[in-house]
Amino acid sequence: MKIMTCPLNGPRNISEFSYGGEVRARPRPGADPAVVADYLFHKTNQPDVVREWWCHVPTSYWFIAERHLATDQILRTYPAAEYLDQEAQP
Amino acid sequence: MPLALLKAGFRDRSKPPPRELPATPELKKSYDVVIIGAGGHGLAAAYNLAKTWGIKSVAVLDKGYIGGGNTARNTAIVRANYLTPEGVAFYKESMGLFETLSQELDFNVMYTRKNHLTLGHTDAAMRTMRWRAEVNKHLGVASEVIDAKQVAEIEPRLNMSDAVRYPILGALYHPVGGTARHDAVAWGYAIRAAQMGVEIHQLTEVTGLEVTGDKVTAVHTNRGTVQAGRVLQAVAGASSHVAKMAGLRLAIRTIPLQACVSQPVKPIINAVVVSGSLHCYIWQSQRGELVMGGAVDPYPLWSTRSSLEFKEGLMGHMLELFPFLSEVRMMRQWAGMSDMTPDFAPIMGKTHLANYYIDAGWGTYGFKATPVSGKRMAECVATDTTPDIIKPFRHDRFTRFEQVGEAGAASVGS
Ligand SMILES: Cc1cc2nc3c(=O)[nH]c(=O)nc-3n(C[C@H](O)[C@H](O)[C@H](O)COP(=O)(O)OP(=O)(O)OC[C@H]3O[C@@H](n4cnc5c(N)ncnc54)[C@H](O)[C@@H]3O)c2cc1C
Repeated sequence: MKIMTCPLNGPRNISEFSYGGEVRARPRPGADPAVVADYLFHKTNQPDVVREWWCHVPTSYWFIAERHLATDQILRTYPAAEYLDQEAQP
Repeated sequence: MPLALLKAGFRDRSKPPPRELPATPELKKSYDVVIIGAGGHGLAAAYNLAKTWGIKSVAVLDKGYIGGGNTARNTAIVRANYLTPEGVAFYKESMGLFETLSQELDFNVMYTRKNHLTLGHTDAAMRTMRWRAEVNKHLGVASEVIDAKQVAEIEPRLNMSDAVRYPILGALYHPVGGTARHDAVAWGYAIRAAQMGVEIHQLTEVTGLEVTGDKVTAVHTNRGTVQAGRVLQAVAGASSHVAKMAGLRLAIRTIPLQACVSQPVKPIINAVVVSGSLHCYIWQSQRGELVMGGAVDPYPLWSTRSSLEFKEGLMGHMLELFPFLSEVRMMRQWAGMSDMTPDFAPIMGKTHLANYYIDAGWGTYGFKATPVSGKRMAECVATDTTPDIIKPFRHDRFTRFEQVGEAGAASVGS
């Protein structure tokens, strides 16, 4: 059983979580369609550490995990607010 | 064939048997074409470049061994009953090539028709199957919707009870769908390509690409640097990694796909049985093993590890279809790294660089495409024009919101 640590619920079986994709900066409203397409479809997808959205399904709690895509090691998980605050900064 | 067997029987045993595939040679300074990845796709492209287009200065580089990637790991199902007209036309051409591949390569690839059945368990699934059957028939692919009684006649061991979560209402029946020996496809192409002068370099990892202006000029490897006239990448699970060396971002996620086989048993299952609702499929190999697989893992990973979760989930569903399997032991389990696109269609053809070509996005379904992709990518590289049949799969389709939408036909990994 692989364990993931949810910032809200603590360590849980990874089968309780749902993967939500790479964390990417969202295009601004009115952005060029090509920019939106890039955001939607193109992935970084490298065998390296990535930031990802995850959801603890039983509690519908979304958060961010830093995970190594080649080793599956989960380096850090933290509340989404930490990232969203950064993104909101000019 | 029997004559060849007789000759082999009488050969001089004091000498080692002749080697069909040459050992990895020294890397030359330059080649007309460098192909990255010696899976079925890379090797088939090399074979076609030499055979059809007379381009013999070709090096195929692989960081591992021939056909050791997903080519070695797939469950060998070949079929053409896809959903979109673009997909059906493409896979139909591949099936046509499979019919005569053993003769073409003079190497037995064991293509066998096996009555491919895609089970429908809900009204919605039956509706999609009717749609698929009509598209298939329109394009000349043998494919029809059959009812539960006919399903039971073709595959009598199936559990037809309606006291289960997903009773079987009918199926999409594809008589020419079946299997071919995956390793033999890679070896056959490799041997014949090598006989025409193609060099196959195993244990040769591409570590970087030198891009000058709009061209790739050199390929860096762990065994030195080579110049290349044209470069084709065909590295499946590692597509995003190699594409990045050429400055290309892809609509691909690398997600493991797992499979397993049971201990060998006497012939008991005739068809290839696929269930979309139960996310599983099964067929019996010539050796008697029951070959089973399911959907991709729940999240991306660049690894070929196996998991208990996969096995548990798969068996839970499989037992609903074939309860007798509870008596059968599992023998082996493995995984491959699937290069998944959002529309379940491949990425093929030219790129933003003038002499760099891509063959990727083969996800859970690319083995069956090996012959056609080899043929068409060779044409694309040799003529520097994109053949019509692969135009819908161009890499920049996502930027223009022109996805192919094959999801309805390819969601269980076959
Ligand atoms: C479990 C499983 C079941 C499947 N079942 C089916 C099926 O039933 N039917 C079907 O049609 N398809 C199936 N598939 C999909 C199919 O296996 C693949 O789509 C297909 O084999 C891809 O072939 P390829 O030649 O493109 O890639 P591969 O065979 O993976 O070859 C790519 C090669 O590139 C090499 N490489 C990677 N990086 C580098 C580098 N930097 N330098 C040099 N070489 C490199 C690798 O070593 C590898 O040998 C399945 C896949 C899996 C994993």
